[in-house]
Amino acid sequence: METLLTPAFVTALLFGAVTAGVPLLLAGLGEQVSEKAGVLNIGIEGMMLAGAYAGFVAAYYSGSFLAGFVAGGLGGAGVAALMALFCVRLGMNQIVIGIALTLGAEGLTALLHHFQFSRSYPRLDAAPALALPGLAEIPIVGPALFSHHWLVYLAVLLVPLLAWVFRRTHLGLNLEAAGQMPAALDAAGIGVLATRTFAVLATGFLAGMGGAYMANVGAGLFVPFMTGGAGFMGIVLAMLARGRPSWVLVGSIVFGLSLSLTTAFQVAGVNVPTDVVQMLPFLMVMLMLVLFARHSGLPPALGLPYVRGSR
Amino acid sequence: MSRVAAGVLRTLIPIALALGAGALVLLALGADPIDYYAFVLRRGLLTWSGLQETITKLAPLLLISAGLIVAFRAGIWNLGVDGQFLLAAVVTAALGPALVGAIGRYPTLIVCALAGAAVGAAWSLLPAILKARYGLNEIITTLMMSFLGTSLANVLIKLPFKDPATTVPQTETLLVPDRLPRLFDSTIHAGVVLAVIVILLVHLLMTRTAFGLRLQVVGANPRAAVHAGLNVGRLTIATFALSAGLAGLGGAVEILGVWGTVRADWNPKFGLLAIPLVFLARFNGIAVIGFVFFFAVLLIGGESASRRMGVPTFFILVLVGLLLVFLALVEYLDHRRRERTKS
Amino acid sequence: MGKAPVLSLRGVTKRFPGVIANDNISLDFRAGEIHVLLGENGAGKSTLIGVLAGMQQPDAGEILSHGRAVRIGSPRESLGLGIGTVFQHVLLVPSLTVLENLMLGRGRASRLDRAGTLRRFHDLSQALAVSLDPEAKLGALSLGQQQQVEIMRALWRGEGVLILDEPTSMLTPQGVRELGEVMRRLRGQGVAVIFITHKLREAYEFGDRISVLRLGRLVGQLGPERLSAMNQEQATDEVIRLMFGSPSGHQGEAETLAGRGIRRRAGIIDRSGEAILRARDLSTVAETGECPLREVGFDLWPGEVLGIAGVDGNGQKHLAEVLAGQRMAAQGSIRLGGVEIGGTDVGARRRMGLRYITDERLGEGTVQPFSVATNLVMKEIGVAGLWRHGVSLWGRIHGHARERIREFDIRTPSERTPVGRLSGGNIQKVLLARELGSAARVVIFNKPTYGLDLQNTKLARDRIREGADAGLATVLISTELDELIELADRIGVMFQGRLAGIIDNREGVEQRIGLLMTGAAA
Repeated sequence: METLLTPAFVTALLFGAVTAGVPLLLAGLGEQVSEKAGVLNIGIEGMMLAGAYAGFVAAYYSGSFLAGFVAGGLGGAGVAALMALFCVRLGMNQIVIGIALTLGAEGLTALLHHFQFSRSYPRLDAAPALALPGLAEIPIVGPALFSHHWLVYLAVLLVPLLAWVFRRTHLGLNLEAAGQMPAALDAAGIGVLATRTFAVLATGFLAGMGGAYMANVGAGLFVPFMTGGAGFMGIVLAMLARGRPSWVLVGSIVFGLSLSLTTAFQVAGVNVPTDVVQMLPFLMVMLMLVLFARHSGLPPALGLPYVRGSR
Repeated sequence: MSRVAAGVLRTLIPIALALGAGALVLLALGADPIDYYAFVLRRGLLTWSGLQETITKLAPLLLISAGLIVAFRAGIWNLGVDGQFLLAAVVTAALGPALVGAIGRYPTLIVCALAGAAVGAAWSLLPAILKARYGLNEIITTLMMSFLGTSLANVLIKLPFKDPATTVPQTETLLVPDRLPRLFDSTIHAGVVLAVIVILLVHLLMTRTAFGLRLQVVGANPRAAVHAGLNVGRLTIATFALSAGLAGLGGAVEILGVWGTVRADWNPKFGLLAIPLVFLARFNGIAVIGFVFFFAVLLIGGESASRRMGVPTFFILVLVGLLLVFLALVEYLDHRRRERTKS
Repeated sequence: MGKAPVLSLRGVTKRFPGVIANDNISLDFRAGEIHVLLGENGAGKSTLIGVLAGMQQPDAGEILSHGRAVRIGSPRESLGLGIGTVFQHVLLVPSLTVLENLMLGRGRASRLDRAGTLRRFHDLSQALAVSLDPEAKLGALSLGQQQQVEIMRALWRGEGVLILDEPTSMLTPQGVRELGEVMRRLRGQGVAVIFITHKLREAYEFGDRISVLRLGRLVGQLGPERLSAMNQEQATDEVIRLMFGSPSGHQGEAETLAGRGIRRRAGIIDRSGEAILRARDLSTVAETGECPLREVGFDLWPGEVLGIAGVDGNGQKHLAEVLAGQRMAAQGSIRLGGVEIGGTDVGARRRMGLRYITDERLGEGTVQPFSVATNLVMKEIGVAGLWRHGVSLWGRIHGHARERIREFDIRTPSERTPVGRLSGGNIQKVLLARELGSAARVVIFNKPTYGLDLQNTKLARDRIREGADAGLATVLISTELDELIELADRIGVMFQGRLAGIIDNREGVEQRIGLLMTGAAA
């Protein structure tokens, strides 16, 4: 094991953890907004995938990473708009629609990719890294943590921002009420459906950005089904975090680390079948769920459509 | 309008809408939808070889549907069918060739089927316990176990169960004479008959027995189940075991009937695809046979179409997504109409 | 009083599938007046409130605010017209603090204004003479305190109209008095108070004006001049006359309304034999938002009705569930006919003759989409006679249902009708039919008449009385003191999970129970 822990290995491991963790962070934070407002957003996997595809195509043709992320966010929000229409406005089953949107997005993005690029997988240029002055020079840790694309820092800054929104703004109160006691929000004169629609769209946007980051920065290309359950991991993060954005950050670091072990082992030249390593993040998820099962919390109105006048 | 006619309409409308919307997708991609659907129909239903393949596909799909019916009627979202199915398939494929020399064909088939069911059930144990004891949402846990199971299946194929004689990693092969018997002169195997019998039995179990009624009470109103003195925890675990066990049986039958071996990265992903069929049938075990047949035609025809017409099988995923959306939409509109006319 | 009304209804009509909830109702509400809307459950009071609060739209008629026709399309518009509403069920968010609940709805995305909110909070606390901790989590407050928060919120922007929908249902007698003082203080400040109740006594005690509703119609009104000239007896007679015309055909309902039902006398129970149900030292573990039991014990003899009084949420639910076997006690013992049953499940206790009629008829008592027949056998799935080797004999199950439907006079199109389609009174009959049978020995009723109209209330109470007369031992949990005084032999009071002072139901029992409900020693 001592030979494993070379500086190069540690740097690669940490760098990979950030790259793998950021989409999870964005998805987890997004899902948290939905769940707070009482919508169980199973379609988030589809939103990420739509974001990944839209983001890749936009970045590929425009050459701009910014355009890629905006398009990714909009792609995710587009799928989320369907979710909001069917589940929030019409009160249809959130699980059925969530599965439908995930399957639909999987099929549609793969199909579009096939017709656009046939069997080739064009790559984007490496994403420009923004090295934080001073911090990036720290040995081992510096290049691993402080030399990333700017979206990474933005995603991390989102954590305190969301915490502030949840605690200190009317928006935060409204989201909380929509999930805990929607009738109370309604009686206070704020539309429950509008609040939830906003929440779902925000989820879609964040998840879509996460997907776009995965494609444009993490991989540099789009592959069908490339999110591989990251959206579902986001749901787990939101479940375990119980409304606290900082816990989503901690969780996404843990999951990101286990995801990045795959690449890190390859860098170190360790010969383990990739499938063994691929099991790691999911093992970690199950382990966390088993350990913290008692403490996972979801709002009482989660999954239930709101109809004024009925309880 | 009679109730039967209304029921038929409620199921045909979403299918028609999904096929229509799918046609628009094809048009947008520059493919001719009429050609495509006609080809699918011809290959999946109207040629003898296609029809045999379609009917053969019924076996795993019906067994998985049977498992989903049990779970959904009990209000449990077993979304981990793919992992349960695959692991059972791999264990069957490893066990079959090893046993057949020692105990002969039919005992091997029986042992393998039972082992497949047991493996499937075992893979649902953790979500079942977490749900029964802590009320942990099973959607997430079963999905996670499914991802885990898919990877584990590959690990098993590549390491302990690898056939040393092949270059591509796969398990040893159960030879055709040792597999499930074929029906008459066709390529259809006896597993299809088993699957039809099983789904009918499941239907009777859910509608005509005390056990089925208990599961349905738990599914419709878990608090009422507690009030009525039902042991919800034990029923939850039983539901998971039965549901996942049937999925596992599906995996075993697919191997014993069709493939005889599992290759690395093989994953037909029947699990999520069967969900809309079960919903279309409104959890009715008899009605689901028709929908599964329809879907099998699409699947077989779609596979051929991907080779011949350049429309990848991903299109089937889109169709399934559309089907679910329209199904929920029609259900919603129907509900609204009944609310308005109720008096 | 010749003041112009601040809020008026003109010919308001609201229909729901199958019923006319409000039928051409015209009413005026004036500043500085407490206007009581009196009527039984199902009379249309709550629908009327829903219309004023913007939760529901009338099908016909109009609403005038200060003489001007207005449309109240949403709760926001209702608040904008200066109408504050306190709903029957607390509509506040338990996970938020008092202050946060008060800030809810005062903005969409802006920053929270804590300082300003706190100032207004202190002003209103003074005006209402209440003291609350603004940083306390709402879920940790008593229902009475939560209601004070609701009233505060309803008056936040100096609203001129305050609607209180059945506000006393979750208060102690002491809390009701305090609420009365708050209402009078607001009246003095020129607020138009609309007070909804189904209790005659409260209507007389608090109302300046009483409007009587029945079956969706306004059947009469007692104005301030007439009302102040009447004593309580006269007012009661007048309300009954308004409601039923000649009381001959509605004797029982009128008596139920006026609380003049037959009293059971204490002292006729034979307590020389062994008690059939003995509870000792029962305690449970609390879950969030619930009140656990603390060392509850009592004895119950055959033919006796033990009333359990107390404000909702003081452990009654846990008591009923522990006795029924739905919830395991953390400690203590329960003996039924001399046999310890603390470790047995619902089914075993049911077979021994213990029955439980829950207060949550829809939440846990029934499975709404399932047929009446299925719901009637829900507690004995698999029993011999209706099942053979686990196979359902649907013919027999339906036959059994038809018998029960006849015996208990359940009004249903057929035994295959989904139970959720029945009225509340008939759903309660389904529960009664399921629980009360020849094998019953001990029955626990939890709020058996909650939400029922007078006729069904009367029927349910008759069933309880008949059962006791036939030798059933009965635990009757109720928040309606009248009901307990009418039916119980002895009455105990639940307060914060403890069962205090089981006393004989004699003259003067009201005062002692009122004291016990606030936690005073017996």
